[in-house]
Amino acid sequence: MDFPVQLFINALIAGILLGGFYAAVTVGISISFGILDIVNIAHPAFIILGSYIAYILNQRFGIDPILVSILVLPLFYYLGSVVYQVYYVSFEKRGQEALRGLAFFFGLLFVTEVILILVFGVDYRYVQAGYIDTTLRFSFLDLPMRMVVPFAISMALVIGLQLFLTKTFTGRAIMAVAQDQLALSLMAADPIKIKRIAFSISIATAAIAGALLIVIQPVEPSVGREYIGRVFAICVLGGMGSLPGTVIAALLLGIVESITSTFYGPSWAPAVAFGFLLITLAVRPSGILGR
Amino acid sequence: MRTWQFFLVSLAIALVGFAAARLLKNDYLFFAGYVVLQFIVLATAWNILGGYCGYVNFGSAAFFAIGAYTTVVMTKLPAFANRHLPEGLAEIIGSITPPPIPILILLGGVVAGLVGLGTGYLTLRLRGVFFAIATLALAVVLQTLIVNWDFVGGSRGAYVIRPATVPVLGINYIEYLFLVMLVLVVVALTVARAIERSRLGYGFATIRDDELAAEASGVPTLKLKLVATTLSGAFMGMAGAPFPYYIGFLEPSSAFGLSYAVNAIAMPMIGGTTSWVGPLLGAVLLGTLQQLATVTISSAVSLLIVGLLLVFFVIIAPNGLLGLWHDYFGRKDEKPTQATDKAAVKTS
Repeated sequence: MDFPVQLFINALIAGILLGGFYAAVTVGISISFGILDIVNIAHPAFIILGSYIAYILNQRFGIDPILVSILVLPLFYYLGSVVYQVYYVSFEKRGQEALRGLAFFFGLLFVTEVILILVFGVDYRYVQAGYIDTTLRFSFLDLPMRMVVPFAISMALVIGLQLFLTKTFTGRAIMAVAQDQLALSLMAADPIKIKRIAFSISIATAAIAGALLIVIQPVEPSVGREYIGRVFAICVLGGMGSLPGTVIAALLLGIVESITSTFYGPSWAPAVAFGFLLITLAVRPSGILGR
Repeated sequence: MRTWQFFLVSLAIALVGFAAARLLKNDYLFFAGYVVLQFIVLATAWNILGGYCGYVNFGSAAFFAIGAYTTVVMTKLPAFANRHLPEGLAEIIGSITPPPIPILILLGGVVAGLVGLGTGYLTLRLRGVFFAIATLALAVVLQTLIVNWDFVGGSRGAYVIRPATVPVLGINYIEYLFLVMLVLVVVALTVARAIERSRLGYGFATIRDDELAAEASGVPTLKLKLVATTLSGAFMGMAGAPFPYYIGFLEPSSAFGLSYAVNAIAMPMIGGTTSWVGPLLGAVLLGTLQQLATVTISSAVSLLIVGLLLVFFVIIAPNGLLGLWHDYFGRKDEKPTQATDKAAVKTS
């Protein structure tokens, strides 16, 4: 049998589009876990929450899901600052973030998921928008718009955040808090406030990632769990808190997953992320673009 | 009390309890009680690593499922041997498999322990957080493997036929399973208590309090952590091994249910992580509460209660019920070891 070149190229393109979406999912973790050292394993739960908000507003009022996510950004930002405040007062201040902080976020993940199940049930939900059912075709190449649009938005999000982190004062302060809190407070910036802003931004990205997720695939409450392994694999592989590294790692994982599911069947795809994670941890714990 | 005395006394208490429960002649009691006992073993196992060493394992469900699926493999072996192996060999395999439940428990323990050792070896040399994340991902990947493994039924699941006879005379099958689990509970508690009072336990405590200082004073931290992950994983596997016989039909999403992971963490956290009493207390309380809530309200609500209690306790009462007890009744000169508070040090 000839090597199916056309199929391979299609899988490759699909992988790049998928990887772009993964970048949007992971960018929040890259900020909270990579930069702030807050192991927010509840992040996927916030993403699913974003998906459901997009779903409700889309069903009720027919608003475009991605527009919804931009509208609810302030809400998620506020939610993030509340979560950080609780986390800071209960764990970081007492120096208990290792064991109990982890348990706290795990509990949060679980509670969010169960509440969503109680309210919406375990049925798959999806949204409607003009571009979801259209596909661009270039001879043998398929470009489904429901992948292309999330890819473009995700790239815009990551580039915007990278500019924010490197060009603005607050962004640089966020990068500085990762390196040396004490030095930052000597520069008359309150590290706690900076961390709260950064964490709120990381949760706000979940709103956008959630809307992108429900554009790409139907969502049910426990879908988030599949993403836990993925996002942390990407974050670690990309080198903890480096946004360019996150994008490279996300694209890489997207391509490998897409090729795996095209040639070996989709049921194997979840294992790919874990394989990546284990190999990274064993061979190069500092990631591709590690500090 | 010495370890063997503790073992005999608690075994005696357990057996008396079993005999008393039989007088009620209510099978549901054993059916529900089995789940509580299973959670006591899971919580105690989690606490060996999480409470004593301060390393969080989110993959309890994975280890539990390894135990359960080891049993499924054993029950599937005779039919497989009949079809694919020469007759003599098939007969030998048919006569030794499936082995009795105590052997299955040991097997499940060995396999899960080895997986624990492997995961620990790959991740424990790094910061503690990576271990936690790796265990979280481990559950997803093992589930993928099982879903794709036709021999154990894949995503369709597998029926497991209970043996027709019970090795202990005069009791029915669910009572037998309950009895086996009861003995396992006594063993797990005895081991946990023995660890607490041994050099091993002190070594674990030094890791939890300040890993860097422990390493500097010559504590072989990596080796101790590997012992802890192996033991903890093994007990989780043991808790899972009889599960297929209990449930009768095992499918990946039930074996890997998130409720095992969340309960294994919530129970010790709510009970108190510094002593073997904590997980026991937490498991009995939460396990019973969940059984009641499942029957009276719904199983989703019972899980919600567990999640909310977990969040509530880690914020309000970081040392669990035991911590509260010590705060109110403990003597001033005998402060409880609040050592876990310093566990943060090793991740920074």
